[in-house]
Amino acid sequence: MASLIPCPHCGPRPKEEFTVRGAALPRPAPNAPVAEWQAHVYLRENPRGDYAEHWHHSGGCRRWLVVNRNTATHAVHSVTDAAGERP
Amino acid sequence: MTSHRLPTGGRLDRSRRVEFSFDGKQLAGHPGDTLASALLANGQRLMARSFKYHRPRGVVTAGSAEPNALMTIGREGRTEPNTRATMVELYQGLEAHSQNRWPSLDHDIGALNGLLSRFLGAGFYYKTFMWPASFWEKVYEPIIRRAAGLGRATTLQDPDRYEKTWAHCDLLVIGAGAAGLAAALTAARAGASVVLADEGMELGGGLLSDPAAWPQLTEILAELATLNVRLLPRTTVFGWYDGNVFGAVERVQKHLAAPSPDAPVERLWRIAARQAVLATGAEERPQVFAGNDIPGIMTASATASYLHRQAVAPGQRTTILTQGPAGFALAAQMEALGLEVAALVSLGDGPSWQGKAPLIRGIPGKAIGGKSLKALQIEGGARIEADAIAMSGGFSPVIHLACHRGTRPVWSDARQAFLAPVEQEGLLIAGAAAGLSGHAACLGDGAARATAALARIGLRATPAFGPAPEDTIAQPPLGALGKTKGKKFVDYQNDVHARDLILAAAEGYADAELAKRYTTSGMATDQGKLGNINAAAILAKARGTTIAEVGLTTFRPFYTPVSFGALAGTSRGHDFQPVRRSPLHGWAESLGAEFVETGLWYRSAWFPRAGETGWRQSVDREVLTVRRAAGLCDVSTLGKIEIFGADAAEFLNRIYSNGFAKLPVGRARYGLMLREDGFIYDDGTTSRLGEDHFYMTTTTALAAGVMTHLEFCAQALWPDLDVRLASATDQWAQMAVAGPMARQILQRIVDTDLSNEAFPFMAAREVPLKCGITGRLFRISFSGELAYELAVPAGYGEAVAAAIMTAGAPEGICAYGSEALAVLRIEKGHVTHAEINGTVVPADLGMGKMVSTVKPDFIGKHLLDREGLTDPARPQLVGVVPLDPAMPLRTGSHVLAKGAEATLENDQGYLTSSAHSPHLGHSIALALVAGGSQRHGEEVVVWDGLNDAAIPARLTSPVFIDPKNEKLHA
Ligand SMILES: [Zn+2]
Repeated sequence: MASLIPCPHCGPRPKEEFTVRGAALPRPAPNAPVAEWQAHVYLRENPRGDYAEHWHHSGGCRRWLVVNRNTATHAVHSVTDAAGERP
Repeated sequence: MTSHRLPTGGRLDRSRRVEFSFDGKQLAGHPGDTLASALLANGQRLMARSFKYHRPRGVVTAGSAEPNALMTIGREGRTEPNTRATMVELYQGLEAHSQNRWPSLDHDIGALNGLLSRFLGAGFYYKTFMWPASFWEKVYEPIIRRAAGLGRATTLQDPDRYEKTWAHCDLLVIGAGAAGLAAALTAARAGASVVLADEGMELGGGLLSDPAAWPQLTEILAELATLNVRLLPRTTVFGWYDGNVFGAVERVQKHLAAPSPDAPVERLWRIAARQAVLATGAEERPQVFAGNDIPGIMTASATASYLHRQAVAPGQRTTILTQGPAGFALAAQMEALGLEVAALVSLGDGPSWQGKAPLIRGIPGKAIGGKSLKALQIEGGARIEADAIAMSGGFSPVIHLACHRGTRPVWSDARQAFLAPVEQEGLLIAGAAAGLSGHAACLGDGAARATAALARIGLRATPAFGPAPEDTIAQPPLGALGKTKGKKFVDYQNDVHARDLILAAAEGYADAELAKRYTTSGMATDQGKLGNINAAAILAKARGTTIAEVGLTTFRPFYTPVSFGALAGTSRGHDFQPVRRSPLHGWAESLGAEFVETGLWYRSAWFPRAGETGWRQSVDREVLTVRRAAGLCDVSTLGKIEIFGADAAEFLNRIYSNGFAKLPVGRARYGLMLREDGFIYDDGTTSRLGEDHFYMTTTTALAAGVMTHLEFCAQALWPDLDVRLASATDQWAQMAVAGPMARQILQRIVDTDLSNEAFPFMAAREVPLKCGITGRLFRISFSGELAYELAVPAGYGEAVAAAIMTAGAPEGICAYGSEALAVLRIEKGHVTHAEINGTVVPADLGMGKMVSTVKPDFIGKHLLDREGLTDPARPQLVGVVPLDPAMPLRTGSHVLAKGAEATLENDQGYLTSSAHSPHLGHSIALALVAGGSQRHGEEVVVWDGLNDAAIPARLTSPVFIDPKNEKLHA
């Protein structure tokens, strides 16, 4: 029913403030082969266990975040800004 | 009258009478009664008819697991079906009705179902579905639905209020029996913030059924009242969720005759607890024997509860059946109260017995009686005359919540019960819920668990009670079934009896989850709280395996049913969702607009004038006025995004499929935004207002989606680009001024040269208005006319719109709404999300040239060349006109080749948009048709299945007016 996501900008906030996009995958290089793009758009691991996902703090700071969580236990291991170490 | 009120005792206020009715019969009880106890006190044992067989039923419990006594409470909008009479507090004027009977509870024709029982056994639904389908739909379904069922929901509006709230605490204690009270007291004395919740109307749990414990209970409650404890009686904690958040529903005013409108009747709690102690006690199991559902038979703990709390004796002569020590204790209490115990029948060993009643070692064979119990036949033994039976089949710890987050229960041979691990992250189990028995042992355990829970969060506590030994002996094994014939009910609520389960096992459905679906055992409002354990024992025996092997079905929230009202809270009616009004809403209202809901928005749809008799007449007039003179339309609901930054142009170049890097300052450009899979996501116009400043418009529907998409691209994909985004949808009032007279009208408002040379098609820039403010003017056109869109700060919108209307009065300007806008754009062949439906790529819409071949990268570029997306036979945008101008074309109709039958294989596409074109005087449509761009001029058939029409039509160019764009550039 509820759990808290520690947003690196806003602190722990209820998950209802967030929108999940899906697996946090690096976008292929523009000149990558079509097969790689195909895999990027359509293929997913769907693991039972640890998973890195893009979450949007849509009801908060509106930053895109990388949430590392366990799909089986729902434990959240880390939350970082998707832009990485950018000031 | 077989049940009755004792002259003394109980936790009742006998000085006050509470009147209520049952099936129209006027009865009375006292404050402190539940509906069930009051009915029993009035001798009303027959309370319900069973689900399938319509057997007479009475209460079998005194708590939330009650499977039988389900009633409809209240009247009109407050009608609540399937309410457990055991959980309803009596209030003045309460109206209760029995369910699932006709014409009356006493004389129920549906009882004939019992004669058909061999056709209604295990797997009934499965087997019946295999019969001819027509039989199911026409014969079985209507009959069965009428005969088997629960109460009916009302269709009237609930007049009461509901609300939701949060609580945060160091320790949540669930259950206020011995263990829970000890836990709460221990934690509160240590200074922790505590929430103590219990589903009952009074705190005390099992202590309430033990008058000897009442002084101690009073003392504990008095001390708790002085400490930092939130006491929540009438509050069912129904689920355990991530982050140690618990869901609970508090029945704030459900027990009041006249709920105050200033408070909710139910409150949904979300309790974020650092630690929790689960002290939910244990559920006593019924025994499984023939006729074990006859009114007058209930559990021993229910008997004790009615006896001590409401001073109701269940009968004149009670037989006690026990598996374990519980029945012995009850027998002694009843004899001490001077009540007659006909016999004490014990399976296996019990404590020593010195009472008056004969002690019989054996198992029950068959209960005898119809609407009320008459006697009990011991298996292979005596017949005992008795009008009540109190039965105990041992106890099942209530571990539901402890298993809501994936923990599986573990079978204990010693306890003959499923237990949950006592120590879990964030939660400890105490008392009877952990398998213990005896008040002293539970007090000690509750105190110890609370101490341990607080230690986990660094708080030191001293147990309020010391450890104490249990007062139990080993439980005899479950699963003994007598040989006497007759229905031995396991799941009362679903009318599942032992033979159903044995049949299910024989047919291969012995696993707990399969058996549940095959027999319906454990379904519906009680979810097998009483019966599941007995079902597992019977299945295990039938399959020759262990109870542990059969297992239990998964425990999921909700522990007991939660009303939709509580879940909805205040989100209903007007407050269900916010209303978005355009900055021009008041202006449109003043002109008599009809509004249409578009998502959260209320858009002006058309502006009826005196004498117009239908919407089409108004829309036709508006369209023709725009084409002939001018019109003003509110387009403020379009998404608007301000984009700043040194890399803003490069950013847009990667967002849109067409080029934006070289868009000059002061110009607007129409752009297509693709998804990474190549399909079109959204379209709109973006203008360059400065070197580093763009103003994007999106469709109304995807305003939020596009903003989110841009943020993702800017932050996650290309964080190195210098770009900043701000949603400005609500900051600007935007109006389209369209029509051949648009320029001369606007020139009276805008303080800048609007000549074709000074302000050509696709010009876009900030302009001063004559009233002194600054607006943004864009020469763009959705209607196909000479047109402008003017944006002004939202607060000035209505004044500017009114000023334009006044300025255009000589030309006859009119306000036009979203309906006329739609007609105008269909006439011009412009697309919306009716065409951009998630399955089209730019070439499908004739926009292949808007896909840049020179840009190295943009969203959607890399999968656009896939074979399936370049197939010339793909559905492509075309126009459609009927051969007979009188025939209407309807959106959603399908396109067939001439003479082709209307089959799925022959389907060539469908009409995405249609309108009556007042300009052309007939119906027109846009469609996505296989290979359509090469088929202009071809005659086809438009098949309208809903209206059973096949309309001869012709495919055309999608542009019905001004194909050379002369009006745009005028
Ligand atoms: Zn945030």
